[in-house]
Amino acid sequence: MRFAVKATSGGGNGKARAGVLQGWGSFQHSVETPALLLSTRKGLPSFITPDLLQALPLPDSRLLHVSPLHFMECPSSRTISSMGGLRQMLGLPEHLFVSVGRDSIDSLPVIEGTNKLGASFETPSGRLLVRPEKYMEIISSLKPNLWATLADEVPAWAVEKRNKASVERTIRWLDECIALDLSGGEAILGAVVGGSSLEERSRCAKEVAKRNVSGYWIGGFGLGESMEERPALLNAVVDNLPEEKLRYVSGLGLPEEILEGVAAGIDLFDSTYIYHLTLGGLALVFPLDTVDKSRRSPFDFPPSSAVNDGTKINLSSTIYRKDKSPILEGCGCFTCRNHTRAYLNHLLNVHEMLAQILLEIHNTHHYLGFFRSIRRAIGCGTFDMFRQSFIESRRELFVSSMTCS
Amino acid sequence: MALRFEVIGRFNRARAAQLTLPHYICQTPLFMPVGTQGTIKGLTYSQLEDIGCQIILGNTYHLALRPTAELIDDMGGLHKFMNWDRALLTDSGGFQMVSLLHLADITEKGVTFQSPADGQPMLLTPEESIQIQNKIGADIIMALDDVVKTTITGPRVEEAMYRTLRWIDRCIAAHQRPHEQNLFGIVQGGLDPVLRDICVKGLVERDLPGYAIGGLSGGEDKDSFWRVVAQCTAALPEDKPRYVMGVGYPLDIVVCSALGADMYDCVYPTRTARFGTALVPEGVLKLKHKVMANDERPIDPTCSCMVCKTYTRAYLHCLVTKDALGSQLLSYHNLAYMMRLSKELHLSIVEGRFPDFVREFLKAQFPRGDVPEWVCNAMEVAGIDISSCCAHLSAPVYKASAIPNC
Repeated sequence: MRFAVKATSGGGNGKARAGVLQGWGSFQHSVETPALLLSTRKGLPSFITPDLLQALPLPDSRLLHVSPLHFMECPSSRTISSMGGLRQMLGLPEHLFVSVGRDSIDSLPVIEGTNKLGASFETPSGRLLVRPEKYMEIISSLKPNLWATLADEVPAWAVEKRNKASVERTIRWLDECIALDLSGGEAILGAVVGGSSLEERSRCAKEVAKRNVSGYWIGGFGLGESMEERPALLNAVVDNLPEEKLRYVSGLGLPEEILEGVAAGIDLFDSTYIYHLTLGGLALVFPLDTVDKSRRSPFDFPPSSAVNDGTKINLSSTIYRKDKSPILEGCGCFTCRNHTRAYLNHLLNVHEMLAQILLEIHNTHHYLGFFRSIRRAIGCGTFDMFRQSFIESRRELFVSSMTCS
Repeated sequence: MALRFEVIGRFNRARAAQLTLPHYICQTPLFMPVGTQGTIKGLTYSQLEDIGCQIILGNTYHLALRPTAELIDDMGGLHKFMNWDRALLTDSGGFQMVSLLHLADITEKGVTFQSPADGQPMLLTPEESIQIQNKIGADIIMALDDVVKTTITGPRVEEAMYRTLRWIDRCIAAHQRPHEQNLFGIVQGGLDPVLRDICVKGLVERDLPGYAIGGLSGGEDKDSFWRVVAQCTAALPEDKPRYVMGVGYPLDIVVCSALGADMYDCVYPTRTARFGTALVPEGVLKLKHKVMANDERPIDPTCSCMVCKTYTRAYLHCLVTKDALGSQLLSYHNLAYMMRLSKELHLSIVEGRFPDFVREFLKAQFPRGDVPEWVCNAMEVAGIDISSCCAHLSAPVYKASAIPNC
């Protein structure tokens, strides 16, 4: 696989970078980074069928995150292989699949279940213990374009001894996965963990950097660490990884967290934000163009922060009952081009599945737009300003919406 | 009257027609998916168009409850609200009330019931049903009828039939938009041919744009079912559409079309999809079944829908009943199947090969020749020779392997 850093953002500590993932093998497109991997359930988005998926922005929407945990039970590895792997099985031959053990929506690591034999996850099918051999068996049958090695992720409160052990294990499993890899090593992302310890994070990164891998998957975030301690931990990892290789972090899902990750030099993200918004009947509306304070007054939005906090609107609210406007004026997604807030309000009230379908489409479209804005800002050398502006304007809205209500 | 019905092909009683409605020109026979609450579960309007849906049904009872007829009217009608450009049909709301509501009761005034919102006593009159449907704005609206279950016998059946005739006049009088919406009358009378005959004659006197055969698909035996349909289609005018409400299974649709019916509706295809069951020419395919776990064939190799062109039974087996996408993909296929069935019925009649189509259909569904007797009897009345499909009518020609694999 070919990844190249094209530009770094000026100003600040200048670690944000724009890159390009060049098409190789079955994936014949170029993708710009920083980029978002769309979350999937058994390989497909939660509510978007392939015919609707192709109406989302391209090539951005071709990047999918997939978890081997979804395929522990069925189809069998043999059947998946026989069908030709992910691309054929899902009918998405033009898409890029990045596989990571953890699925932040419903297959989370279980610290007390993991042992020297394998990593433990709590899933909808119960608790699963995943051994490296089984993990590699599924990976070889799925044939993702990129995949992370099996990791022992511990949450922020793990004791020092347990954390150290997780680093040892993760490195050992990294070597086992590399040894069991049948496809020449091109697609491997070495897993880096280390919990909330700066020393362990550095140590792990240094060890993984010695291995012959194409890029790095940074795990162990979004598991209880605070927003304050995270930047230092991210830097402890990134500072010990080679500049020119791809970095992907899981568990940083909210817009501010994405910006933080980009600022630390991360290239790929997955996020549960879209999924949770969708299930909650919420739709993203924050402006994607340059965040210019003068263009948005707190009084543009109704004063109830429960309904509209400037970032998202709660379409279940009765104030949208008769609203004939689209979710977001000017949004080019299928939902905004074809349906009104009133219709979505009705669908949510009567618990119809179409509500989630339309919301996932809009929210995905919008969040991909957010990533485009990030890339544009890096390209213009204005990322730090973009990030500052974004955070400040959200704070302002929270404050003003609280004073109005 | 706001429709044109032009028969363009026939085989005995069966007919293929062009039904021109205010929003769409339809080909009959046709199946109408049920979009209870202003949406077909799990499918977008663009997917419904891709599949070939011509008319969608909305349930007046549910829509009047939420989001209310007034709101739909404010939004410019249900077409605009849903963003559906093609045709819509709304039922009267009476059936849902009687079947869904506790303590619903029918009097001469209308249907009295307890409001599900606050328990207050309420009354749905023929006038109000029509008013609500006028606001919703569908191309076809249904008269409020007094519908009784076919399993009920005795004087109640006769009472209901006569009341239905009295109510049709009230519906006609209340109808504010006869040039934009077509009011269909509904033939009642239970399983009694005398009552059915009186009802048909009464409705036909009112010269309505179309007629429905109601009160069926409620648990009656199939033998009684087809006879009522046959009697009604024989008596209803040739030049108006005939709609058998609540039908149904593909086999029932084929039989009723052979007997001269044109329109159908049922929740079956989408509901059964949510339980993991796919419709195929051979009958049904239960995708939840273990046997599907390694089956790399599509649901139906003869189907050209998006689902069959993309997915295997093995993958769908993982999704169905567990993930939303399983329901969506299966609903998509099942409705595509029903649209294909509608199209085949229409084309085979137009192209003069309807009996061949019927025989092929029956052979696929009953490969061992065990076509049910009621189907044989109905086809005899329809004038279609299916002896080659029926084991008990023709010399048995079995393949040695036997059990079909789906």
